[in-house]
Amino acid sequence: MSTPDPGRVARPGPGERRDWPLWEVFVRARRGLSHVHVGSLHAPDATLALRNARDVYTRRQEGVSVWVVPASAITASSPDEKDPFFAPAGDKAYRHPTFYDVPDGVRQL
Amino acid sequence: MSAVATYTLRLGDDALVAAQRLAGWISRAPELEEDLALANIALDLLGQARSLLTYAGSFDGRSEDDLAYLRDEREFCNVQFVELPNGDFGMTIARMLFFSAYQYLLYDRLSGSADPTLAAVAARAVKEVAYHRDHAVQWTLRLGDGTDESHVRMQAALEACWPYTAELFESDALTREVAAAGVGVDPGTFSPQWASFVDGILKEATLTVPVLPARVTGGRRGIHTEHMGYLLAEMQYLRRSYPEDTEW
Repeated sequence: MSTPDPGRVARPGPGERRDWPLWEVFVRARRGLSHVHVGSLHAPDATLALRNARDVYTRRQEGVSVWVVPASAITASSPDEKDPFFAPAGDKAYRHPTFYDVPDGVRQL
Repeated sequence: MSAVATYTLRLGDDALVAAQRLAGWISRAPELEEDLALANIALDLLGQARSLLTYAGSFDGRSEDDLAYLRDEREFCNVQFVELPNGDFGMTIARMLFFSAYQYLLYDRLSGSADPTLAAVAARAVKEVAYHRDHAVQWTLRLGDGTDESHVRMQAALEACWPYTAELFESDALTREVAAAGVGVDPGTFSPQWASFVDGILKEATLTVPVLPARVTGGRRGIHTEHMGYLLAEMQYLRRSYPEDTEW
């Protein structure tokens, strides 16, 4: 093997293509609504992730604000923990807003 | 043709040929996200070309399609700069940086035109071009100040494009006439602002502003590089092969 040129970043060889990191994209459709996860994309850094998000997810005026978050920064629940995490809520009826009528004028509930 | 029509045709041809070139990246960009960004920019340019060609054609009853598909090379009056091959990604970014910086200054001034159609087209286009310029700036900074390889290739790309940039700022009797009438903009008047913008970005990107003589020009008079014929052949082939099918 030849000695790598110091100061030069090695180009990836065949089969070791280095992908850009993954980013999760959140778009707020209108003022007053929360940012909603719309998908993910690849970008080399946060600035370009935001610009890529504009091209991929908001080109038809879908939003007024965009967040990008490194996918690696998200801690997610695992499918194995589904039961302890979510199942106990099902039989606790008092946690669900079923005991009063929602007024007609209330939207976004 | 009237001076306004010819002036509009020049701007329309610049946008059309730049769009056609950029569209050559579709499905070939380095990443999916960049593919979409380049396609978006190409579509913005195509939209500008459509408005400008429609207006230019309205003076003598030709449609945007007549102008785009049925003129020969010598009748196109775009600058040679926009017809150069895409080269590598660095070359495409170098051209986008130079061209979008030029278009931004141009459209910004043209939005105050005494011609209401030109003013309206320019006012819309300047917002699009601001984004193109930002995209080119972001990549110029990353490629120039990136790896040794990206720096060398970005510098080479700047030097390959540079000799063609002088033509963007050429004044002639026509630009002086439309500028005097308050309808058009003489591009020579904003070349210092262009140079200082480009200078600032290249310095920040650790790149060097090329010192190279300008190429022989002539695009505005229909004199093009050897690349133009191939570009037109690809762009016009379908329309010319099926002249009876006017609805696409």
